[in-house]
Amino acid sequence: MKIKAISRSVSAIQPPGTDAVKQPRNLDSAVHPFERAREYKRALNAVKLERMHAAPFIAQLGRGHVDGVYSIAKDPNSLERFASGSGDGVVKVWDLATRDEVWQASAHENIVKGLEWTRDRKLLTCAADRTVKLFDPYNPASGSAPISSWLGSGAFTSLSHHRSRNAFAASSSVISVYDLERHTAAPEVLRWPTSTDTITSVAFNHVETSVLASCSSDRGIVIYDLRTGTAVAKTVLTFACNRVAWSPMEAFNFAAASEDHNVYLFDMRKMDRARNVLKGHVAAVMDVEFSPTGEELVSASWDRTIRLWHRDRGHSRDMYHTKRMQRVLSAKWTPDAKYILSGSDDGNVRLWRANASQRQGVKSTRQRQALEYNDALVKRYGHMPEINRIRRHRHMPKVVKKAAEIKNEELKSIKRREENERKHSSKQFQARKSEREKMVLAQEK
Amino acid sequence: MEGEPAVARAPTARKSDAIVTHKPRTDMATRAEREKARRIRDAQQAYGRGKQINTKQIKDKKLRRNLKQLEAKYQSATLRAKDAEILLENTSGFLEAEGELERTYKVQQDEIVANVAVETAKKRFELKLDQLGPYLCDYSRNGRELLLGGRKGHVATMDWREGKLGCEIQLGETVRDVKWLHNNQFFAVAQKKYVYIYDRNGVEIHCLRKHSEVTHMEFLPYHFLLATMNTGGVLKYQDTSTGQIVAELPSRLGPPTSLTHNPYNAIIHAGHQNGTVTLWSPNSAEPLVKLLAHRGPVRGVAVDREGRYMVSAGQDARMAVWDIRMFKEVNTYSTYTPASSLAISDTGLTAVGWGTSTTIWKGLFDKNLAEQQQRQSHPYMKWGREGKTVERVRWCPFEDVLGIGHDKGFSSIIVPGAGEANFDAFEANPFETAKQRQETEVKGLLNKLAPEMIALDPNFVGNVDLRSDAQRRAERDLDAKPVDVAEEIRNRARGKNGALKKYLRKQRKRNIIDEKRLRVDELWKEQQKKNDKKRKEVEEDLGPALSRFAKKE
Repeated sequence: MKIKAISRSVSAIQPPGTDAVKQPRNLDSAVHPFERAREYKRALNAVKLERMHAAPFIAQLGRGHVDGVYSIAKDPNSLERFASGSGDGVVKVWDLATRDEVWQASAHENIVKGLEWTRDRKLLTCAADRTVKLFDPYNPASGSAPISSWLGSGAFTSLSHHRSRNAFAASSSVISVYDLERHTAAPEVLRWPTSTDTITSVAFNHVETSVLASCSSDRGIVIYDLRTGTAVAKTVLTFACNRVAWSPMEAFNFAAASEDHNVYLFDMRKMDRARNVLKGHVAAVMDVEFSPTGEELVSASWDRTIRLWHRDRGHSRDMYHTKRMQRVLSAKWTPDAKYILSGSDDGNVRLWRANASQRQGVKSTRQRQALEYNDALVKRYGHMPEINRIRRHRHMPKVVKKAAEIKNEELKSIKRREENERKHSSKQFQARKSEREKMVLAQEK
Repeated sequence: MEGEPAVARAPTARKSDAIVTHKPRTDMATRAEREKARRIRDAQQAYGRGKQINTKQIKDKKLRRNLKQLEAKYQSATLRAKDAEILLENTSGFLEAEGELERTYKVQQDEIVANVAVETAKKRFELKLDQLGPYLCDYSRNGRELLLGGRKGHVATMDWREGKLGCEIQLGETVRDVKWLHNNQFFAVAQKKYVYIYDRNGVEIHCLRKHSEVTHMEFLPYHFLLATMNTGGVLKYQDTSTGQIVAELPSRLGPPTSLTHNPYNAIIHAGHQNGTVTLWSPNSAEPLVKLLAHRGPVRGVAVDREGRYMVSAGQDARMAVWDIRMFKEVNTYSTYTPASSLAISDTGLTAVGWGTSTTIWKGLFDKNLAEQQQRQSHPYMKWGREGKTVERVRWCPFEDVLGIGHDKGFSSIIVPGAGEANFDAFEANPFETAKQRQETEVKGLLNKLAPEMIALDPNFVGNVDLRSDAQRRAERDLDAKPVDVAEEIRNRARGKNGALKKYLRKQRKRNIIDEKRLRVDELWKEQQKKNDKKRKEVEEDLGPALSRFAKKE
């Protein structure tokens, strides 16, 4: 008779002289019952933990500005320096590591509309006083006096620097491209032949470097080409836009922050419809920017909130607000895509986490693995109603919530009216317009 | 090396006209590819999660890509799990006959003790407690501690491997059942009137007055539910972490005769006086399944750990093996006298205590076989005939040990090949330290499963609800008219007459009797009666000579 019975010794599990305990695994599914249910429960815990740890607001920088912060510009050569311009014409340069002000100057008489860093770390500012000024904040010895300035023909509204050339575009009712190397030369002027209104924003494409986009108060979005020196195409929307921002990864995509509360993502080759409509704000969107990865966007709105979006999704990924933050006029990603900077009407420059529940700093392997596992679980069970509900839940300010309700009601009534009209008129023979092409009014070439 | 050319040899190379037995290979797969396919197949069999999704048929590109990724992940996970088998430290025990004349069931405990390691031999012991018997026993989840309960009020816990007594209390009243809770810190005792919870020092912590005259108890460790059934036949679930009574379900079948839970899906199986076994979840006031298992009271029920087979033993001196996926009887065995207790080990050995002896069966069911084998002619092992009436048999988890509580005390016997050789330290660890036990408890409480997750198929959690919105609303509406079964079946019918017949033909094969089936049977009888009547009329019309030509339905 052959006989063998299990015999385990304690010393095999815990060898003498060590306090490291062996934890043997057996992956047989019979040993692990309720696999699905336990995994689901863990996913539920993970999503709750994620919401528990969500603390997006980090700090406000220094003592802020006296007036609203209308523009923010990141130094493309640095991870820690950026500049902000306020409504009283003061420009400040901040250091992210110390979260404090390092330089300031009273650049203009009134609102600093545009800010931009040059490739040699100088700061360009513009305002309605028809001047563009160049400062040198990295060299404090120079004081707060501008190194040089340009006098334009109209009030400037926005600045954008070329990716590689030493040139920048400034917008007034036309777009003037100045060459920094030839200081006294007259600027190259770009304009849509029939357009006379103020251009609110201009942006150089940083992939296809000689392409510019602008939006103006006549509700048009115009694409220019610097190589031919002409405006290429114009698209008129139903509402004016406040900002255009190019995707840093895809040469042809850009986002437009519209007065009609939405952010539109356009493909410049195909302007008859938007690639995506980001809906969520309940007041005009003042600023929009793509993240350095081109996957996500941040938008600042007149409704006192900042929203973060994924490029492909219609709803916002997150919404940031504080009690003291007023109308948000500008929002930017930091170059490492980990933080958000926002400037609002209350004069504060705020620093936010791009991912509300993420914490910086070195993590142990176990902690990192646990976080990754939690993420994977939430993704795996994201379709379950309970998990989805917890993941999406955000506290909304009462005003915003109420406004959203009212807006929803109004939109519904408009829709109802339209549907009724369709029923009893010749409109019923027309195809319905999709949400992505509704706002495109006309295209000109 | 000699076997290989047989495969590669071309059919033209044969010398004689003998029939070529090997099949010439026609596929172009190389050896490496075949190896790989075999590896995947093996891994899939052991660790797979069912059939793969055919992603080629999916038209939606996004969905296809996602599912493809998911499938690839599943496959790599199964392969890795298979590869990790090399890390398993222990192999399970065995008892094998070497010659034609040897029989494993003739092996006595003395012989086993003489042949195993000294450490293992110590696991065979007898506790002589003949004053307060008969004794009930229960092992803690990791198999380290033993809980003994004498009918006359003697309760003791012990670390049985070290022979260390944990606590010993004399309750002075009838003890009907004892049960460890989630770890070795707490245990529940069903006493004369109420259920009490004691801590490991024997200090009474709770008196559960809601559970009166309880005869059977079960504990669901992942849900932290204590399920009790009392002499009135009421099944009660109490959450031991929050103290809430989750459900009170009257069985209306009188005092239960046996109770167990299915470790795979946490369904409670209760055996009753009338020979039925009922399956309960806290989410339904009615039993999920009623199974007529025996002619006479069901004395013992046990379910294997993967929830595929149930063994029941009844007063009719029979032991039946059931496939509880189909509720079909696989085999029946005789127990000579009615069995008193049943238990199935992790490897599928079934211990049945009857009279003064215990029989251990091997191979009553095999999960890897599609069709179950012929019934076993001999048991695997036997113990007893020493005048000790067996009260309860319980397998010790992760050990080759069977605990037998009887009227003279408690016996621990060695049954080679009974235990799971390789434990998973994150599920139940026989060598856990106090720190580990505490951590496991916290993790267990965090991941406590809701009672709503208990269902016959535990994998329904996380599935997309495919019911339509209208359907869901209809189910929520309590005032809705009940569905008429006859109408429903008629509506499903394609032909004129065949619907009922077809339904019954299919249902009879499956041997599931639910409300619908009863109603259908009734309908069927009615129809038959009507047909009979009609035929009789026709026969009368035709007269005695011609009546045999009347059309039969």
